[in-house]
Amino acid sequence: MSEKLEEFDNRIIFAKTLISLATENPKIVVVCNDSVGSSNLGEFRDLFPDRLIDVGIAEQNMVGVAAGLANAGFTPFVCAAAPFLTGRALEQIKADVVYTRTNVKLCGMSPGVSYGELGPTHHSIEDIAWLRALDSLPIVLPADEAQTKEAVTWAANTTGPVFMRIGRFKVPSVSQGQSPAFVPNKAMRIIDGTDITIIATGTLVSRAVAAANQLKSEGISARVINLSTVSPLDTTEILLAAKETKAIITAEESVTRGGVGGAIAEFVVQNHPVAMKLLGTDTFAPTGSVSYLLEHYGLTADSIVASARELLKHGK
Amino acid sequence: MSMATREIADLAREIRLQILHTIKGAGMGHIGGDFSVTDILATLFGAVLKVDPKEPNKADRDRLILSKGHAAVALYSTLALRGFFPVEDLKTFAQPLSKLNGHPNRNKVPGVESNTGPLGHGFPIAVGTAIGAQLAKNGSRSFVIMGDGELQEGSNWEAAMFAGHRKLTNLIAVVDRNGFQQGSPTSKTNELDPLDKKFEAFGWEVCVVDGHNYDALFKAFTDPQTKPRVIIAQTIKGKGVDFMEGKAEWHHKVPSAEQYEQALEQVGKQ
Repeated sequence: MSEKLEEFDNRIIFAKTLISLATENPKIVVVCNDSVGSSNLGEFRDLFPDRLIDVGIAEQNMVGVAAGLANAGFTPFVCAAAPFLTGRALEQIKADVVYTRTNVKLCGMSPGVSYGELGPTHHSIEDIAWLRALDSLPIVLPADEAQTKEAVTWAANTTGPVFMRIGRFKVPSVSQGQSPAFVPNKAMRIIDGTDITIIATGTLVSRAVAAANQLKSEGISARVINLSTVSPLDTTEILLAAKETKAIITAEESVTRGGVGGAIAEFVVQNHPVAMKLLGTDTFAPTGSVSYLLEHYGLTADSIVASARELLKHGK
Repeated sequence: MSMATREIADLAREIRLQILHTIKGAGMGHIGGDFSVTDILATLFGAVLKVDPKEPNKADRDRLILSKGHAAVALYSTLALRGFFPVEDLKTFAQPLSKLNGHPNRNKVPGVESNTGPLGHGFPIAVGTAIGAQLAKNGSRSFVIMGDGELQEGSNWEAAMFAGHRKLTNLIAVVDRNGFQQGSPTSKTNELDPLDKKFEAFGWEVCVVDGHNYDALFKAFTDPQTKPRVIIAQTIKGKGVDFMEGKAEWHHKVPSAEQYEQALEQVGKQ
């Protein structure tokens, strides 16, 4: 399995899908913060100039304006770099969108450490922990092109707030042949296994798959779950993982404290405790490219394999 | 006083009476700010807003966003008196599980447009509803009421800049300029003046009016606009009850039994 898989920037399919949805549904509008380029919205603006509302560099106003547009009957997609959307406008997200239950779709572009060398100010590793604390906000992390397309379509057709991460770091397809690729509120079991479960999100899913393949060659049967929806948590699937396998590894491009690992650990410890290892980006990152940083934090297939061996050794 | 003006004055009197009953009954509330904003609400709901209590979510309704959410009791009293929900319900204010929280909730109270409370939130939302109405071409107008101290929040100036840029002629921002924030005068905390020049510089029409003069308010709300308009409503915190007027401690003080009776008597004559 050494052939290099083709990789995709999810922002491309995101924009294409949004354009096709907006063509059918005149209520879909975009609100952004001088982010037409970084959110890949140039074509949308050309096609629907009145329906792209660029507030300039003003994230609090951006989210408030989106809440107002939703009040006026529109379905706004807020498209902004994830760190600024979630950090700068957190109170607007809490009060104007989630507590008021406005029909706003918050699209955090280029999340995690995908801005690499630009550093921790531009990384969005806290977003999951911040937003997961909010009452009843769906948090969706599409892992590839097919999931992005289906998740955006679902978001457009569901009423109420949604937060989704749209990655810029190129990833291979992980849902080939699966239809549907994305099921709302469901964790996607993409490889079955009986010894250990690897629960991964976003960019980490393809690495979890690679780890499972490597473990298989060592005689370890690893289950891989693509947790494309973090909130609400698919507790049925996680309970099965805890009951049917001996240990759980979580892998995410965010802080595990309150993040995906935290969410799963909270559930597992109260319902069916098993050994766990949480992998994430838990510090302000040093300087480095995305690839470098993922390696730095042990978010690689090799590192997941090592964690699996370690957990299973102690678990026996 | 014309018939129309008398009707607004009657509504304002009834709103103030309900505010007194409600705050006295609950033992809590922001009475000073409720009374400063009462005449603004009475003018809007009595003569300006195109809203229907029977159809509070009608697509082309006018939007009124109370950004100073701590004046919830003033808004609740107004909505109840205009038929959005029974006046009787005001007695549940702040009681366990009441729909009438200390700050308004859109999903529980008909006529409330957004869950406000944290300051500096309503203005951007009103910019959004105004843009939405222009996109929908449905003639809906948007109004936001802010406290003056609230203008210290930067988000308001993001909204003001953008509304000026978009020349939103269907948007009116009202500043309830009572001169006080929670504990002290705005001028001592973080000076707002010259407020008119600030808004002019952001591309707004500015109307400075007596915020207790119904005719002046009505004109400011209904004159044709060529830009977004701000109404700097010069108001008196605690307006309508002489011992509350202009006193910072009445930001959220509750009247004693004796003060309550005195206040009812004064307001009842208005």
